[in-house]
Amino acid sequence: MSGARPVTAREVGRPRARVDGPLKVTGHALYAVEHGSDEGVTDPLTAWLVGAPVARGRVVRIDATEALAGDGVVAVLDHTGAHRLESVDDGELAILQDDRIHYRGQVVAVVLAETSEAAREAARLVHVHVDAEPHEADLDAADLYAPEQVNAGHETDWDDGDVAAGSTGAAVVVEHEYRTPFEHNSPMEPHAASAHWDGETLTLWDSTQAVHGVAKTLAPMLGLDVERVRVRAPYVGGGFGSKGLPHSPEMAVALAAMAAPGRWVRLAVTRQQMFALTGYRTETRSRVRLAAEPDGRLLAVEHHAVSQSSRVKEFAEQTASIARMMYAAPARSTTHRIAALDVAVPSWMRAPGEMPGAFAQEVAMDELAVACGVDPVDLRVRNEPATDPETGKPWNDRRLVECLEQGAARFGWSGRAAEPRTVVDGDWLVGTGVAAATYPTLWMPGNAARIESRAGGRYAVSIGAVDIGTGARTVLGQIAADALEVDVDAIVLAIGDTSLPAATVAGGSAGTGSWGTAIVQTAQQFRADHGTDPVPGLHTQTTTEAYPDMEGHALHSFGAVFAEVRVDRWTGEVRCSRLHGTYSVGRVVNPTTARSQLYGGLLMGLSGALHEDGVRDPRFGHVVTQDLASYHVAAHADVPPDLDVAWLEESDELATPYGGRGIGEIGIVGTAAAIANAAWHATGVRVRALPVTADRFV
Amino acid sequence: MATLRLTVDGTPREVDVDVRTTLLDALRERLEVVAPKKGCDHGQCGSCTVLLDGRRSLACLALAVAHDGAEVVTAAGLGTVDAPHPVQQAFLDHDGYQCGYCTPGQVCSTVGMLDEVAQGHPSHVTADLDPGADVALTDAEIRERLSGNLCRCGAYAGILDAARQAAGGAR
Repeated sequence: MSGARPVTAREVGRPRARVDGPLKVTGHALYAVEHGSDEGVTDPLTAWLVGAPVARGRVVRIDATEALAGDGVVAVLDHTGAHRLESVDDGELAILQDDRIHYRGQVVAVVLAETSEAAREAARLVHVHVDAEPHEADLDAADLYAPEQVNAGHETDWDDGDVAAGSTGAAVVVEHEYRTPFEHNSPMEPHAASAHWDGETLTLWDSTQAVHGVAKTLAPMLGLDVERVRVRAPYVGGGFGSKGLPHSPEMAVALAAMAAPGRWVRLAVTRQQMFALTGYRTETRSRVRLAAEPDGRLLAVEHHAVSQSSRVKEFAEQTASIARMMYAAPARSTTHRIAALDVAVPSWMRAPGEMPGAFAQEVAMDELAVACGVDPVDLRVRNEPATDPETGKPWNDRRLVECLEQGAARFGWSGRAAEPRTVVDGDWLVGTGVAAATYPTLWMPGNAARIESRAGGRYAVSIGAVDIGTGARTVLGQIAADALEVDVDAIVLAIGDTSLPAATVAGGSAGTGSWGTAIVQTAQQFRADHGTDPVPGLHTQTTTEAYPDMEGHALHSFGAVFAEVRVDRWTGEVRCSRLHGTYSVGRVVNPTTARSQLYGGLLMGLSGALHEDGVRDPRFGHVVTQDLASYHVAAHADVPPDLDVAWLEESDELATPYGGRGIGEIGIVGTAAAIANAAWHATGVRVRALPVTADRFV
Repeated sequence: MATLRLTVDGTPREVDVDVRTTLLDALRERLEVVAPKKGCDHGQCGSCTVLLDGRRSLACLALAVAHDGAEVVTAAGLGTVDAPHPVQQAFLDHDGYQCGYCTPGQVCSTVGMLDEVAQGHPSHVTADLDPGADVALTDAEIRERLSGNLCRCGAYAGILDAARQAAGGAR
């Protein structure tokens, strides 16, 4: 079995409407707790979560007497009666196993009732008696430590050259602290699942980015063979990382189903509970120091990042990773330190590491440009590295300079005044800013695909991938069509089910690439096995081991974001009026869905720049802003009137056999910096902590 | 418990509900009408938008028993997979959705919004507030009027184009 070979693009690159569009716009696409009697989900029980009322301590007693007296209340599960797990190593998932409280809101009981009204009311009547202990929930007051590694396998510390020596005699030094707040993924579909236990098999309809990932994680903990956990996710209402790994609600619904054999159990996390139970982006503090020649050429780059994790499960945001590879510099020092607090468990949120890291680095670069009197675009071009500073490897195809130059031309950057506060439009101060973006090209081995010939020249293509809104269901068909050299209409694609060949997560901007490579490899093997005119019923299944040239090259995507910001001189109101992104992401598989995904990344970046601000009260350890009225995400009226994305025409067969790289995350990277830089240009006020709000300007 | 009569997507339905039940839960959990989505249950996201007696309304903030005899139209009642409503077709034409979860609410909201504009209802950004004045459906008007429907995927650009197309078709 050889690996995939490059394919000729015929269908790949064509704009195609989403194949599941008609179901979605008519409300017939079914999400995790919407499967009903047509699919055998009759008379489901409703599960409702009861959270710990303190941030640290011990459950003394769960008094469910009053709750159980309610009509239709079936059971209240707690640590004294829930199914015993085989493994409790994952402290986030090992709920209802002991009396320990690790963070406020942690699941300490689950109510099962015949209706949602009864379940919700009973949850209110469960009295949780606790022995509270002193807790730590404040990053500023906590001790820091160096984790063994940080997210995505990056090294905790990484140095190159002698920063002290490199800085000696530097004409210009910029050194500041940059901060990003708690951010919450907040997909529109709250985390939810329907579960059924028949005594042998656990069946889930789950809202997840990885059906096989959920099965592989839950099964051993539950003491089941992985084949006895079936997970389906035909439609998922967004995730942005928060559904990439199973969280405690999935374990709760599994335990609830095992407590009610033969009954379907539905559990929908409330919007409020999501702020404690479903992951979030930790706050970050970055100390960035740039030392440069008078013309802006970097002599030394330092990025020292601090974030917080949870004592019950470590997650270390890789905030300084971007500083290791973005610009040329003879000396570099990067570190990560984290605090373990008695708080909810942080996790992946769109571009973990790169998003907060790029905010720090790209605002610092803007400050360096001002200090040197160099145009911010020119400064970045001037610091372009010939090879990857981190690995020393050649780039696959680093085209950041073209993104900057083409983006600048499209945006109308030339002629911009270097000084701030030079453009006034009525009551509005107007400025423009730029930032660079990057995202590594990740690729996950171990994806399997199955292709079977059908009557009429059609092919059934199966893989347990998940479409969380990315367009996977559409673009995987396009890739399969080119790999088999048939029309896209000949492809019958099945995804979103652990009964299909194993697939990795829809995350890390690696879903399409990892799954698509498996489909291409399998298609090529199918042709080798069965030829170009197979009779119906022949099939081939293969599993990927390797494709991208990770050893020989540094694989990354790049982009340039340009923003125009208007700040009301009297009220400080901040509006982003123009937002452009220009990207180098390999061959774009489907311009329709790709444009939407890049828009979505830019808008989530804008949302982080101007609106999102999770507030934790360290006295209690909970998120105060735990709904969509107090945790603001960008609404329709926040969208810049001039929103635009473009990409370079290219193909990167080093990354994938169809030439594309991932696009799910790069849109959020650098966007907040471009907006903050534009706000500085409008007002002369440098904001180094997100979000950029009106109070900074009055 | 109370017995409720509703017309849902053109079909008369009778349902026994707990008096605490919201219209959204009555539809989703009792009648298996799941086109309206639950995104927040607090009237903050718009995913549950339906047309309630002809006007767009948040089903999660409506107590079911307060709407006995009402006519409810969801995205599933506006059009079908094979024959979508013009607004639904416009969403398809402009990729005005990604994950699809907020989409049925966005569709109902757009239908209701266009009707409000036709009736001359002003919005926060309408310059001329005189009763009976025509509303020019600018991009700013569309954005303002659809801001009660959050889309975390950020499909707003496509939604704007869809609303424009649907408005043009309605004129």
